[in-house]
Amino acid sequence: MAKVVIDNVRKVYPNGTEALSPSSLSIEDGEFIVLVGPSGCGKSTLLRMIAGLEDITEGTISIGERVVNALDPAERDIAMVFQNYALYPHMSVYKNMAYGLKNRGMPKADIDAAVQKAAKLLHIEEFLARKPSQLSGGQRQRVAMGRAIVRDPALFLFDEPLSNLDAKLRNQMRIEIRKLQRELGVTSIYVTHDQIEAMTMADRIAVLNTGKIEQIGTPAQIYHTPASIFVASFMGAPPMNILDGHYNGNGGLEIKDLGHVAVDHTLEVTGDIQVGIRPENVEIHQAEEPHTIPIKVDFLEELGAGRLLHTTIGNTPFIAHLDNEHQINGETVFAHLPARALHLFDASTGRRV
Amino acid sequence: MSSSDLQAPTSTTIATASAAAARKKPFALRQIIDHVVLIAGSLFMLVPVLMAFFTSSHTDVTVHTNGLQMTFGGHLAENYYEAMLVPGGFTKTVDGMRMLMNSFILGIGFSVGKIIISMLAAYAIVYFQFRFATLAFWAIFTTLLLPLEVRILPSYEIVQGMGLVNTYTGLIVPLIASATGTFFFRQFFKSVPNELIEAARIDGAGPVKFFIDILVPLSKTMIAAIFIIMFVFGWNQYLWPTIMTTDESFFTLVRGIKQILNVFIGAQIPEYGQAMALAIVAMVPPVLVVVIFQSWFVKGLVESDK
Ligand SMILES: Nc1ncnc2c1ncn2[C@@H]1O[C@H](COP(=O)(O)OP(=O)(O)OP(=O)(O)O)[C@@H](O)[C@H]1O
Ligand SMILES: [Mg+2]
Repeated sequence: MAKVVIDNVRKVYPNGTEALSPSSLSIEDGEFIVLVGPSGCGKSTLLRMIAGLEDITEGTISIGERVVNALDPAERDIAMVFQNYALYPHMSVYKNMAYGLKNRGMPKADIDAAVQKAAKLLHIEEFLARKPSQLSGGQRQRVAMGRAIVRDPALFLFDEPLSNLDAKLRNQMRIEIRKLQRELGVTSIYVTHDQIEAMTMADRIAVLNTGKIEQIGTPAQIYHTPASIFVASFMGAPPMNILDGHYNGNGGLEIKDLGHVAVDHTLEVTGDIQVGIRPENVEIHQAEEPHTIPIKVDFLEELGAGRLLHTTIGNTPFIAHLDNEHQINGETVFAHLPARALHLFDASTGRRV
Repeated sequence: MSSSDLQAPTSTTIATASAAAARKKPFALRQIIDHVVLIAGSLFMLVPVLMAFFTSSHTDVTVHTNGLQMTFGGHLAENYYEAMLVPGGFTKTVDGMRMLMNSFILGIGFSVGKIIISMLAAYAIVYFQFRFATLAFWAIFTTLLLPLEVRILPSYEIVQGMGLVNTYTGLIVPLIASATGTFFFRQFFKSVPNELIEAARIDGAGPVKFFIDILVPLSKTMIAAIFIIMFVFGWNQYLWPTIMTTDESFFTLVRGIKQILNVFIGAQIPEYGQAMALAIVAMVPPVLVVVIFQSWFVKGLVESDK
């Protein structure tokens, strides 16, 4: 159990790629942090530097009160769960879990107690004598978790541990991992590119983009007040609608192809801005009302728990989410974009204004 | 006997295959041709072996007057007893058992030595990023092109200078550097997933532990395959042992056969029966190694998934 401080850490690979520009992140004791971002944004790089599998080019990482830059992975008091499980194929499940403890010189009886306890926690007692090749993907995942748990580490590291499982199992394991982590109270860093995993599991999310941390915050903060267009469109499915607009001071906001929208606070910037609205915040009316604009229904996508209305505004695709009670008749409906639900971003920097 | 070992699978395969063919199409020309080729090939391989075996059951006089035999002669036990247990050669100090033991020492020392050296070399090349690793690899690889015969004189010079002529060390050590083995192990190690190495690092396995606990067990199939090849190769070594060992007590079977045929003491007839007996005995261990390790090898291939 430990606080983790990442202080201005930068990574340049020997071939010159800057995978992570100087980034800082402070993780509380017992917190579950999710690093999320598109492929190649540097999530794994950061995680592997914390694990000690990759050299730190600049900056310091400390786990507990210790700066770990110069320590071997085995000395950092961490455990890691890999995407492909990385179980030793020639060892039984029991030996897989016991191997790290054996290398630490722990007495046999203690190892046995630790392995049995973890196996019970993960419901893999009956597989202890099997080889990894005789297990299903989900069971292997549990064994990989078990190998991490028996070490009783200060910090868990996960690198896309669920991406090889089918959707149903993934949901189940997601909940289980989170439950387990709460029980054990171990600080955890979890890498994924799946925003649903990020939203559902995290205490706090760090969104990465091209080697930079774009935003750190709780799932609600990330979702409701995204700090940039990137975060806004990356988090949320379907993604936030982004429209071009212009702000000329005094609450006068013009959205291209839509017209004037009143905003209740004055913005610091004037000029071109981007306007975002989440599909579920768009209000759809059957008849024209004040502050509505007519839109043409291209098609409706049935979700079961609602429907998505697809249209285009100007040339920009636009999606609205409809409740099941909401009836749609005819080709044209009227949309209202409530001012309080709008997210405004500087068009040149992409940052929230 | 080795001959029956070799024969059995061939004949059953042919039997079942032709039975199946007979049910479907009685005159499938392709299958007939296939089988003719297979049978011809098998005969080509087996007849000399059978001939050696039958000849080893005749007296030297019969062989000397009538040539090689294709019938069973009735002096089998006698010839094998003489060949294996009665000391022969010029000095009358070395019997077949001694030569068999020497062959085993050479075969096993040669193959095990090669496996150890080449695994260690490949381990260094793949996992330790030292300078000139690639250069070192290609240097080793190039020696694949140079057979032992090319360096036999300098090698002899060195071994002799070290006073290792007529020792097992001198017989085995100069042969165990192996470019082939290093190459195969390098390819194999490169295919071991990176995550596994990282998991081991987190589990606190240093370079030695990782090698012994993880890499060696993972290489089981590879080791079996290389052992098969190298054991047979070492067992059949002829030129190097001939040069290195002048003392008869170091003779291997392969050399011993030659020696028996060479011995003309007075007007005596060469001991053909014994020579053939030794040839058959010399054939058995490599065949056994292939049969045993092949099943191990196949089992390893089926079981392991990295
Ligand atoms: N060993 C390496 N040498 C050079 N560049 C590397 C190396 N490993 C990763 N990179 C580069 O660093 C960047 C970040 O890689 P990283 O593996 O951290 O991405 P990621 O966010 O984990 O992506 P993914 O979701 O696909 O796993 C990428 O552009 C990648 O090409
Ligand atoms: Mg990654």
